[in-house]
Amino acid sequence: MAWVWFHKFGSPPHFYRLATRLTPWFGWPALLLGVAGLIGGLWLAPPDYQQGDGFRIIYVHAPAAWLSLMVYTVMALSAAVGLIWRMNVAHAVAASCAPIGASFTALALVTGMLWGRPMWGTYWEWDPRLTSELLLLFLYLGYMGLRNAIDDTARADRASAVLAIVGVVNVPIIHYSVIWWNSLHQAPSVMKFGQPTMPAAMLVPLLLMLAAFTLFFVALLLTRARGEVLRRERNARWIDEAVAGARS
Amino acid sequence: MSPARTGFLSAAALLAARDLRLALRRAGDSLLPLGFFLVITTLFPLSLDPSLSLLRDIAPAALWVGALLSSLLALDLLFRDDGQDGTLEQLALCGQPFAGLLLAKTVVHWGLTGFPLVLVAPLAATALGAPTAAMPGILAAVLLGTIALSLIGAVGAGLTLTLRRNGSLLALLVLPLAVPVLIFGARASALAIAGESPAAPLYLLAAFSVLAATLAPWALAAAVRIGLE
Amino acid sequence: MTSTHSIAQFLAMGGYAVYVWPCYVLTALVVGLNLAAARRLLRQAQLEARRRIETRKSTASS
Repeated sequence: MAWVWFHKFGSPPHFYRLATRLTPWFGWPALLLGVAGLIGGLWLAPPDYQQGDGFRIIYVHAPAAWLSLMVYTVMALSAAVGLIWRMNVAHAVAASCAPIGASFTALALVTGMLWGRPMWGTYWEWDPRLTSELLLLFLYLGYMGLRNAIDDTARADRASAVLAIVGVVNVPIIHYSVIWWNSLHQAPSVMKFGQPTMPAAMLVPLLLMLAAFTLFFVALLLTRARGEVLRRERNARWIDEAVAGARS
Repeated sequence: MSPARTGFLSAAALLAARDLRLALRRAGDSLLPLGFFLVITTLFPLSLDPSLSLLRDIAPAALWVGALLSSLLALDLLFRDDGQDGTLEQLALCGQPFAGLLLAKTVVHWGLTGFPLVLVAPLAATALGAPTAAMPGILAAVLLGTIALSLIGAVGAGLTLTLRRNGSLLALLVLPLAVPVLIFGARASALAIAGESPAAPLYLLAAFSVLAATLAPWALAAAVRIGLE
Repeated sequence: MTSTHSIAQFLAMGGYAVYVWPCYVLTALVVGLNLAAARRLLRQAQLEARRRIETRKSTASS
C-alpha cells in the first residue's frame, strides 16, 4: 500500500499537482512564524548577560546554519531515491535543493562572521562550525558545478547524485575532523551565552525562526521542483492541462 | 579471449599488469606528479625566511598541500586513455565485477603516483627541517594519506569522466572531501616532527582510509558507468 | 519585559547595531532573492511549456 503511494508521488503529474496545492500551506505559515519570531527575538527577548543585544544575530544565523545542513541532507536523500528508483521527480527535487542550500550556507557564514567580530574580535576564526560551514559551501558549489558541466540532464542527475551521496557520508566526518583539529589548536571559542541555559523568552523566538525557515524552505523547494519537473517532462501529455490553468 | 570463465582475481591481475606495462612505456607521465610534489615542497622554504625553526612549523602544511595537489594532477592519468579508446566500456561489459576492476586500476595508479610520494616524503621532510626521528610517523601518514587520496580522487575522476579536461572542477569536487586526510595527516606529521607520538591521528587516518576503501569502489563503479552511457 | 524603551534604543541594539542590522538585511535579501528566483524558474518553465504546446498544436493542425 505504501509502495503504491510512493510511486504515485514519483509520478510527475501527480507531484506537480500536489506541490501546487501544498505550497501555500507552507508559505503562509512560514511568514507568520517568521514575523512572530522576529518580534520575539528583536523586541521581546531580553538582552544577553554577556553579549548584550549582539546575541540577537542568533535569530538569523542559527536558522541559516540549520538550513544549510538540513537542505544538504534532503538533497542527498532525494538524489539517492532518484538514483535507486530512477525517479525523475526525485532528481528534480535534489537539483532544486542546491541553490537554496548554498545561499543559506553563505548567509550562515557571513552572519557568523558578523557575530564573531564583536564577540571574538576578528571576523574569522578557524572554529569548528565556521570552518565546517565553509567546507559545506564548497560541497554545494562542487555539486552545482558538476551539474552545470554535464549537458545531458539524465547524466547530470545521476553523476551529481553519486557526488551528493559521497558528500553526505563525508559531511559528519569532515565536521568531526575539524572539531578534533580545532580542539587541539585553541581553547574552544564557542559562542557562549551569559546564562547557563537559555530562558524561554530567548528560546521560543529561536524555535519559531527555525520552524519558519524550515517551512519556507519547503515552500521554495516545491516551487522550484515544479519548474524543474515541467522542464524535464518536455513532451508529456499531462503538461497541457497542468499549464493551461496556471497563471502566467 | 577464451570462452572459459576467468576468475576475478586473475582478471584483476591481468588488468593490473596491463596498466603497469602501459604506464611504464610512458614513464614520464607517471613521474610528473612526483616532480610536482618536489617542486611544491621546495617552493615553501624558498618563499620563507631561511631560518630552520619556522620551516619546521610549516613542514606538515607544505608536505600535505604538496601531496594533495600532486594527487589531483595525477588523476588525469587514471581514466583518460582508457576512457577515450573504449577500454573502460569493455571492462564494464566483460562480466567481471566492475567495481573490483576499477579498484585494481586505482591500486596500480596509486602504486605509480602515490607510492613514489611515500618514498620521497622523507627527503622532502628533511629539506623542510624535520628531524630524522620523525620519519616513521611521516612515512606512515603519507602512506595512509596517499591511499585515501587516490581513492577519493578516483571517484572525482570518474564523475568528471566525460567532461573537457577541467582541473578546477575536479579540485572543487575532491579537495573538500579530502579535508580529513589533510587534517589528520598534517597533525600526525606535526606530532612526529615535535617528537611526540602520532598514534591518534594515524589511527583516525587509517580509519578514514578504510572507510574510503570500502565506499569508493561502489561510488567509482556508479560514477564511471554513468559517464559511459 | 521589553528591553528597549525607544525606537532609537531599539535601532542601536546596545551598540551592536553595525553587526546586527546588516545580518538582518542580508537575511531579508537571501530570503527575497530565493523567493524571486524560485518564482521566476517556475514561471519560465510554465511559459516554455505553453510555447511548446502552441507549436505542437499549430504544427499538428497544419
